[in-house]
Amino acid sequence: MIEIGLGHYLTLGAVIFSIGVIGIFLNRKNIIVILMSIELILLAVNINLVSFSIYLGDLTGQVFTLFILTVAAAEAAIGLAIIVVYYRNAGTIRVEEIDKLKG
Amino acid sequence: MNNIELIFPEIFISLSIMFLLILGVFKKDSSKIIHNISLLVLFITAVITFNETLSINPTTLFNESIIIDYLSSFMKIITLLAAFVVLLISSNYLRTFKIFKIEYPILILSSVLGMMIMISSNDLIVFYMGLELQSLALYVLATFNRDQLKSSEAGLKYFVLSALSSGLLLYGCSLIYGFTSSTNFNVISTQFNTNEYAITFGIVFILVGLAFKISAVPFHMWAPDVYEGSPTSVTLFFTMVPKIAALTVFIRFLYVPFLNLIDQWQMILVFLSIASMLFGAIAAIGQKNLKRLIAYSSISHIGYALAGLATGSNEGIQSSVIYMTIYIIMNLGFFSCLLMMKRNNIYYEQIDDLSGLSKNHPLLSISLLIVLFSLAGIPPLAGFFAKFYIFKSVIEQSMYFLAIVGLLSTVVAAFYYLRIIKIMYFDEEKESYDKDHNLWLKLSLTVSTILILMYFIFPSELIDVVSKINII
Repeated sequence: MIEIGLGHYLTLGAVIFSIGVIGIFLNRKNIIVILMSIELILLAVNINLVSFSIYLGDLTGQVFTLFILTVAAAEAAIGLAIIVVYYRNAGTIRVEEIDKLKG
Repeated sequence: MNNIELIFPEIFISLSIMFLLILGVFKKDSSKIIHNISLLVLFITAVITFNETLSINPTTLFNESIIIDYLSSFMKIITLLAAFVVLLISSNYLRTFKIFKIEYPILILSSVLGMMIMISSNDLIVFYMGLELQSLALYVLATFNRDQLKSSEAGLKYFVLSALSSGLLLYGCSLIYGFTSSTNFNVISTQFNTNEYAITFGIVFILVGLAFKISAVPFHMWAPDVYEGSPTSVTLFFTMVPKIAALTVFIRFLYVPFLNLIDQWQMILVFLSIASMLFGAIAAIGQKNLKRLIAYSSISHIGYALAGLATGSNEGIQSSVIYMTIYIIMNLGFFSCLLMMKRNNIYYEQIDDLSGLSKNHPLLSISLLIVLFSLAGIPPLAGFFAKFYIFKSVIEQSMYFLAIVGLLSTVVAAFYYLRIIKIMYFDEEKESYDKDHNLWLKLSLTVSTILILMYFIFPSELIDVVSKINII
């Protein structure tokens, strides 16, 4: 039986974080996927903070996590609103077609 | 609670935001009155900050999570005054585009509140909350002209990249918390005898996040698009106000918790600075849109401000603060000119639209000439002194390579500023622009031009004020 320790949680956090970052850059189809990738990044940070908090026996990390959860909700709301506004103007949310501003 | 009066400015501004929101809901057609009250609020907050906090010794509040010292008070006053001027001169532009709505001043107020919290933060949590408060308001501001495709695209791009940078920054925060067991800057500074590598990793993540926010190369790609797409008054806000707050956080973050790790972060800062100066100067050459051009120019100016921070000395910090202050005044002059290029309710923003400006508008073009010379750093204008202080502090620390690259990129940057002047003075003239401008717009252009022109007579005034900033 393997003992699951801090290292495993940190690895999980790092993997989810990398999936989020790669998801933003490799995704060519849909902006909603980018929104989901941003949520993944924030969740990875939360996993990190909570596992550090347990490991250190210090509550600050969990308080920080609660703040991040709240901010993530607000950010998703504003992001979706902006996407709706964009869709009404452009009629598409495909990432490769967002290229009106170039220079 | 001791010393609660020191955060009266923040309390006052947040209560005003709530009051204005309620007023906007219950009173019909209240955009004008809310605009005026917001101006008043910004001004009063600046006065309170000046009276209550400017002359006190460094004091911490709320378990050391907020710090009020000379740096924070000075930067808050600059932020508030810059936001005040932006709001003052943007009303005509907003009316032309029919976006003179109640939300605009309220969003500016809330982003200013976020910046004030960022500036005073002495703790990673408070810092993150301030950062998000200002970014969330800025996303909406970039999209403010929501029926226009360009503006909504700018907002979308800004949202995606800024959210990504917040994520990177948070990951850095979590690493630093894990390896120092605290989020407080003062505690962190005593903790890092173990695991220096892990902490350096965290610093790099946070620096990447902050570099996104101030659009330093190689994290600049959002800036030209967002600056071009947003409404011009919002672009003016973007180029001036968030950079002050982000620069203060840079100073506090690098010099309070991580001063002992200067060997680790100095090279990163030197790289960011050199890359921004060179890239900003070279990429601006081919631009045709003035707002895009000013985006690249602001990237290169941020490079100079970072060069001051890379020195690791008090003089370097002070020269960066002076640089930002003068840069804001120059930017104000430039955008006042841009907001005056209006004919039959259409605003013009291409470089070609400036051609022959001197024949029809001699006063406007002479002011723009002075602003552009100052941006290029030609003596005896204020922009020259700003660069001079930076180079002086850089050379005092024997960082000759940084100084040489900085000088070279100044020469390259002078090319595109001079090209605009050539177009203004020697090209075919076009139809003249409207001449009945808002009084405040004229006033802000006049004041900024005079400040730039007359700076060399009283250089010691600003230096005296800034030299009280002592971080190390």
